[in-house]
Amino acid sequence: MIQFENVGLRYGLEPEVLSDLSFDLPANSFQFLTGPSGAGKTSLLRMMLLSIKPTRGIIRVFGQEATTIARGDMPRIRKDIGVVFQDFRLLGHLTTYENVALPLKVRGQDESSFKKDVTELLKWVGLGDRMHVLPPVLSGGEKQRAAIARALIDQPKVLLADEPTGNVDPPLARRLLRLFIELHRSGTSVVIATHDLSLMDQYEARRIVINEGRLQIYD
Amino acid sequence: MIDTITKKSKINIPRPPLHSGRNIVPREGIAGQALLTVITIMAFLACLTLGAVSMVSDTARGWQNDISREITVQIRPFENVDIDAAVREASLIMTSFDSVKSVTALSDAATKRLLEPWLGTGLQLEELPIPVLLTITIEDDAKPDFAGMRERLKKAVPSASLDDHRSWVDRLTNMAYATVIIGAFIFILVMTATVLTVVFATRGAMAGNREIIEVLHFIGADRQFISKEFEHHFLRLGLKGSVAGGLAALFAFLGLGFWVSLRQATPEADQVNALFGTLSLGWVGYLGIFLVVMSVAILTAVTSKITVMKHVGMLETYGSTKEI
Repeated sequence: MIQFENVGLRYGLEPEVLSDLSFDLPANSFQFLTGPSGAGKTSLLRMMLLSIKPTRGIIRVFGQEATTIARGDMPRIRKDIGVVFQDFRLLGHLTTYENVALPLKVRGQDESSFKKDVTELLKWVGLGDRMHVLPPVLSGGEKQRAAIARALIDQPKVLLADEPTGNVDPPLARRLLRLFIELHRSGTSVVIATHDLSLMDQYEARRIVINEGRLQIYD
Repeated sequence: MIDTITKKSKINIPRPPLHSGRNIVPREGIAGQALLTVITIMAFLACLTLGAVSMVSDTARGWQNDISREITVQIRPFENVDIDAAVREASLIMTSFDSVKSVTALSDAATKRLLEPWLGTGLQLEELPIPVLLTITIEDDAKPDFAGMRERLKKAVPSASLDDHRSWVDRLTNMAYATVIIGAFIFILVMTATVLTVVFATRGAMAGNREIIEVLHFIGADRQFISKEFEHHFLRLGLKGSVAGGLAALFAFLGLGFWVSLRQATPEADQVNALFGTLSLGWVGYLGIFLVVMSVAILTAVTSKITVMKHVGMLETYGSTKEI
């Protein structure tokens, strides 16, 4: 799905924050991306999302080298890479239901075709009775779940989640983890960036650890 | 009783709507009132320029036609020359041309009226060497040979000279051209200012909705989808502003025409009449205003679309988005 080959990243003239990253994100895989705060987890996710370019090395996404991706193809690739932003990025003037349905609306799908799926997913993430409200009214945990639901609704090939359980209590974190596991079982490759060790201990999965700019993988 | 109330109240609770009833890009996030006012003013100025140019060029064309349909023969009095015989001879020569419709000698009374502003009343024309003027009207569709006329007249009546008002016609034509060029220049300036205003307003609207645009982009919305969200709004805004500006210009022309008609035969109305004719827009003027209204609306929509497409195009470039 996503391959990194000798990738390095530096900001400006600073030393490299990430060095010699080489790894493969296989199809239908599940991994935690972890490391201390400021280790470069978010930078790595940004590179996977093609949001920033590495200073050196090669990134391949769905078999295509990133530098050769045409502008017009970018929306299709974005569609296949779901992302849960650390700050949720919900649209405050739309209801929770509308926010979650947005990716399907953007694809031009008719509401009658997705209404049931969206309401079911919202119920599944525990927002069944909050789907009518606007995001500013939601608590941090509810916003988190709405953001996750929006990333899942169109069943992307890869899901990148940046600290998806950072704002929720442990029982809800376990529930959200189950949600990601379900998604993985349905064929999506999942990358969860977290520094929550107790969360990682709950599921046996590949761990990508970043420390001092270097990468170690524990399969 | 309690059961009944509970059941009733359960039935009466309305289900909250799933939809906020808002657009993906909220309308209030886009510069509205200020941009509408600017577009209205720009459309008003563009229509005013176009209408004024159309009226001046119509009037100038009218002058040009009137003058070229009328020429003057001047017979100067010389000693030992019978002026009446010279007038008769000149009249006969001029009427002999097919292109001449009529020849009218200016009467003594008319000559006195003509000279009154300079020489005062109670003139004795016989005591002064005043030339006699013959006004010659040309047939409407004729193309007279002024050089031939001048030559024959000079041979028969040496004291006569023919003035076809060519220098006036040339000056008026030049003035009309200059007016049209200046008007076109002002029109281009106004349209350029409109485009730039819309570009800045669109950029402002996108800056205000940056987060929404980025979210839409990251969930896979393409440029067409995102620009459509802005395009409809700007087309509506442009149409509203340009129709209001066009109507304001129309009312300005109608109001000015009404004002002139109320002050017929007053010096100020005469001045306006002299410059703009009857102050009525021809069908070309109305068509022009309609086209300006449509152009401003379309220009607004197209400009905003191009600006949004460029901005989102940048987001679609690999490595160009810093946010996550």
